[in-house]
Amino acid sequence: MAEKTKKNPMKKKKQQLGQLANFTKGIIRENPIFVFLLGMCPALAVTATLETGVGMGILVIFVLTASNIVVSLIKNFIPDEIRIPSYIVIIATFVTIVGMLTQAYAYALYQSLGIFIPLIVVNCLIMGRATAYASKNDVKSSIIDGLGMGVGFLAALALIGITRELFATGAIAYGVYLPLPFEGSIINTSMYLFNMNVFVGPAGGFIVIGIWLAIFNARGNYLKKKKEVERQAWIEEKKKEAAERKRKKAMEKAGEAA
Amino acid sequence: MISPTVFFVAIVSSMLINNVVLMRFLGICPFLGVSKRTESALGMSLAVMFVMVVSSILTYIIYYYILAPLDITFISTIAFILVIASLVQLVELFIKKISKKLYKGLGIYLPLIVTNCAILGVVEINIAQGYPEDYGLFNGLWVATTSAFGAALGFALIMFAFSSIRERLEAAEVPAAWQGVPVSLVVAGIMALAFLGLGGIV
Repeated sequence: MAEKTKKNPMKKKKQQLGQLANFTKGIIRENPIFVFLLGMCPALAVTATLETGVGMGILVIFVLTASNIVVSLIKNFIPDEIRIPSYIVIIATFVTIVGMLTQAYAYALYQSLGIFIPLIVVNCLIMGRATAYASKNDVKSSIIDGLGMGVGFLAALALIGITRELFATGAIAYGVYLPLPFEGSIINTSMYLFNMNVFVGPAGGFIVIGIWLAIFNARGNYLKKKKEVERQAWIEEKKKEAAERKRKKAMEKAGEAA
Repeated sequence: MISPTVFFVAIVSSMLINNVVLMRFLGICPFLGVSKRTESALGMSLAVMFVMVVSSILTYIIYYYILAPLDITFISTIAFILVIASLVQLVELFIKKISKKLYKGLGIYLPLIVTNCAILGVVEINIAQGYPEDYGLFNGLWVATTSAFGAALGFALIMFAFSSIRERLEAAEVPAAWQGVPVSLVVAGIMALAFLGLGGIV
């Protein structure tokens, strides 16, 4: 009994840490866009400005979390054959709700996202999390997973949006598409470098994502190389230690024999 | 009767000017995922072409003959995705029955099509265009079908071109950080720049 009470707080702490890791994994290590390349269509189409990207991210967070909750609640009742169609219907229901809410409360965002609001239904990220995570885990961790993945998606869209808007217009506007009480823009430059119209268009979207992916790849390669060098140094050290031990043992043996 | 020019314009504009992949950013997942080899890219494009045309006919009928008279167009997204999902299942069964060879070729791509945003996207765009206002309720169906066919042709064209480029890219010397998807995305960006030039045709 005493042992049990001793063990419990440790276990709880470990679980909490696990949930935190479950939340943060979606942001960097398993980022849906830059690592898994899920949901690339909205990542290219709605990131001409920062605000539309963030708006899309918020909608996806809502749909992803809600569909994760429902899927993990009813995972035991759905027969395996109709799993995918039923998930699609669940997701489509939430997307319809979100679309109506956006039309009512953020009409400018609704106008600029256009066809990409109903297309959240076929966002591979949401379907992927429903089948790969929510259908196998309990409600609480599914919520945290949905929130983490959604925040990672939003962060990626915001990063792409900032790059494209800055190079296209030389400023970052706020309050245009999102229903904020204030309006204006930051970082106003009038340099020619920040006036490239191509970044608004499709070509800029592809190239900006390509460049960011290459940057993240370069960082990953650098870290891998560093780790490999450290591992090699460690192995060398261990080898040296072992050789030293062997030498000492041999000396001892020789001393005994003498 | 609609003049043939309408169909010609519909095909050219949905195939080249508003290309599904490069101009409208639809169907990026198969564009990046199934374009490593020309053969699989063509298989995917064929499957997409079939499902896209048939589902655009079906959804047009459902939207204008069932949902609009009943005034329940707000559930159109749910209805459309259900139509596409069940259509894909049907096509899979049908192909399995009539030709084992065709099923082997196309079978693996069919389940992927359900979550292909090009299909739902083209269907939604067709409805958003409001063809009945311009051409009448029944004639609009043909225009919608033609433009869906044009969009599918555009998808096939881009898949073919992109997969051919990617096959050559494998032999090229690419810096370590750019290998794989990043360099493909930049290639796609340059293709999109080329397609910008077609903007003034129609």
